[in-house]
Amino acid sequence: MGKLSRLILKRLGLGLITILVVSVLIFFAVELLPGDIAESVLGQGATEETVAAMREQLGLGRPAVVRYFEWLGGAVQGDFGVSLVSGERVSAAISDRFVNTLFLASYAAVIAVPISIILGVFTALYRNTIFDRVANVATLSTISSPEFFLGYILILFLAVRTSMFPAISSLSGSMSFADLLQRTFLPMLTLVLVVTAHMMRMTRAAIINLLASPYIEMARLKGTPPWKVIVKHALPNAWAPIINVVALNLAYLITGVVLVEVVFVYPGIGQLLVDAVAKRDFPVVQACCLIFAATFILLNLAADVGAILTNPRLRHPK
Amino acid sequence: MPKKNQLLLDRLSDAARTGRISRREFMSYSIAAGLTASTATGLWTTQAAAQPSRGGHFRWGLHDGNTADTHDPGTYVTRQMIYLAHTHRSYLTMINGDGSLGPDLADSWEASADASEWTFKLTENATFHSGKKCTADDVIASLNHHRGESSTSAAKALLTDVTDIKKDGDYNVVITLARGVADLPWLMTDYHFAICPANDDGTIDWQSGDGTGPYKIENGEFGVQWNLSRHDGWHREGAYFDTVDLLVLNDPNARQTALVTGDVDSVSLIELKTMALLQRDPNIQIFNIPSAGAITMPMHCDTAPFDNPDVRNALKLAMNRDEIIEKITFEASTKANDFHHSPAQPYWPEGIEQREYDPDQAKSLLKKAGAEGLTVNLSTADSIFTGAVDMCVLYAEQAKAAGININVVREPNDGYYSEVWLKKPFCMVSWGARPTPDVIYTLAYKEGAAWNESRWVNERFNELLLQAKSELDEVLRAEMYREMAELMRDDGGTLIPFFNNFVYAARSTIGVPDQLAASWECDGARAASRWWSTS
Repeated sequence: MGKLSRLILKRLGLGLITILVVSVLIFFAVELLPGDIAESVLGQGATEETVAAMREQLGLGRPAVVRYFEWLGGAVQGDFGVSLVSGERVSAAISDRFVNTLFLASYAAVIAVPISIILGVFTALYRNTIFDRVANVATLSTISSPEFFLGYILILFLAVRTSMFPAISSLSGSMSFADLLQRTFLPMLTLVLVVTAHMMRMTRAAIINLLASPYIEMARLKGTPPWKVIVKHALPNAWAPIINVVALNLAYLITGVVLVEVVFVYPGIGQLLVDAVAKRDFPVVQACCLIFAATFILLNLAADVGAILTNPRLRHPK
Repeated sequence: MPKKNQLLLDRLSDAARTGRISRREFMSYSIAAGLTASTATGLWTTQAAAQPSRGGHFRWGLHDGNTADTHDPGTYVTRQMIYLAHTHRSYLTMINGDGSLGPDLADSWEASADASEWTFKLTENATFHSGKKCTADDVIASLNHHRGESSTSAAKALLTDVTDIKKDGDYNVVITLARGVADLPWLMTDYHFAICPANDDGTIDWQSGDGTGPYKIENGEFGVQWNLSRHDGWHREGAYFDTVDLLVLNDPNARQTALVTGDVDSVSLIELKTMALLQRDPNIQIFNIPSAGAITMPMHCDTAPFDNPDVRNALKLAMNRDEIIEKITFEASTKANDFHHSPAQPYWPEGIEQREYDPDQAKSLLKKAGAEGLTVNLSTADSIFTGAVDMCVLYAEQAKAAGININVVREPNDGYYSEVWLKKPFCMVSWGARPTPDVIYTLAYKEGAAWNESRWVNERFNELLLQAKSELDEVLRAEMYREMAELMRDDGGTLIPFFNNFVYAARSTIGVPDQLAASWECDGARAASRWWSTS
């Protein structure tokens, strides 16, 4: 296991460097946007003089490089600063939203991951049957439609026509858990439809790939039933690619849901990021993007570790 | 004070009787006046007869809110901030449903003979939600928030003439100005001038969200939603609902769906493209109210070829406004006449001849100016309003009949107002509503004004502007604004196609007064305190 912990440490180190590079890129990307925070906060109605006064207060007159290193100095010590627009601490502004995003992502993942893997196994088992074709066509159609379109379709049929679920997912603090699940059902379903195809087809492909191997032939020859061949013999060897694609999709559930949040008015971190970019609120943009970057890095790391753990050959190298 | 909806109606029937306007214009003006919004003639009369009743819960979906908004009145800019301000805070004065000016925190006000000193007498009944009485100190601190060197308020420019604000007893505020400003009581309705509790050092406590408005904040989060409950000490009429929720619904589809499914009771903006479909729903009432907001197309009067008034007028004549109002705004706008004074503002001059589409006259004007076959660039961007680029393309087509070649230049949305506006010689601009003609003329048409977007300089216009500013005689003042309107129409550098209407909607379970204020969407942003539940 020494090798594994060395790998984790190495990857975490590389991850930190990646995050640093990302933060530089984000900072200068925000700098490149036309207009600055003073103009966007005060709106079209502000005079030159007022804008200048606000720039002065926010310290925008200093060179960009100086401002970046000031931010970095704080960030290294765990202080992500305050929102330039509202004056609120970035950590406070983000935490609730991030919890909401994590909740929606987990809700979708808890449903999508088992469904995709089970569907994957079954489509592999009954490949080239009607069931396989239907499952493939259905999941491929949902992944091919833009997610906001899926959202609108679901709203039309499940909210407007039948009033089964609320069309908007505004949350309030006093909601019971059951209410919460009902309120967020439509965005969850949209996300499930978007990520299922990818995971299902990877599971199916990985298993089918293995079915041609001699050891599967052996299992069949000794009379093992087909489902057992797949679950007991093929699946354990297919975990590595499946875990990989699951990790990628989990990352997507956290970082790629802006459109779904907008369509369902769900107060998640994506919406916060969009607002912050519109206002050029650099500390908030930076913090959101770094959370996204860290999510990707950690999930990828988890996927690699998972792949190693499920593969005895990698676990016990010669 | 003029009552604009009534005035407009009287004017309209008058004009129709004497045959001065066509049926089409009559229709577009009266739809604009909100009085015959097509679903609703019947609905409207029953609404008008209905009596407000107390109780119920009001869920109000807003179209423009950002997470980074704050309670600071100096940075009010989104609808979320403005509606919330009109719900949990109050102002010195307010615009009534009929367009007249009425009391809010101030019971009454009077001016010195030259309008350079105004005394506002405050009501003694107003309390903050914290229980503290609202006195002259709070008002003074709140107004001073927008004054002085270090102020970052967007409303600073409105108070540049103010030299001193002091109190005379606990309930009198005296405002002294460098010169007469007859509009001062109107200016006090500006959404920035919300009254907040004063700190001991003369600054205001805007951070706590305390106010003297009809509802107090229970909890909420900018960019998401606000929950409010009735403030029992509210000093004016209204505040019928027990509780009010403001929900930020930036996505047009989410907003309309929420209204249709009953997840909200009212939304502040509906998409014009789907307005006709929404009108078929018997559970929904749509309001189409003319506003003082305008789309303008300024031409730099100091830059060739726009330095010649004949060229400017040719460009004005080359636009078919009726077609634009029909195809681009789906009749949800009020035809303008190249002067920036809306029928939704006081002193609107009636009877000035409407400029119509006349390519032949445009051609002859160009010939006179020696500019036949004129080619100009017109800068625009999608973010100005929905259909802005389409409108420019349509205008370019219309102008071809006058031999004018307009290149529509589509600029990036981001930074349009810092990179294009005031810089490109012919562009398109969206102006928010201003309460009086003086405010908008001073801001955008006065010689030397920072935002004189057409760089227009007209001596007589500037002279009248200054005179009208301090004229307390209503009749004389109205005459001055008429002459200014004519000057701007015939000499000005700005093509004004239309004033945009506010188009918003409510469920039929919501009762509304028979006249709706036109200062903002949703009854002057005061839906929470002026509307009631009928279910």
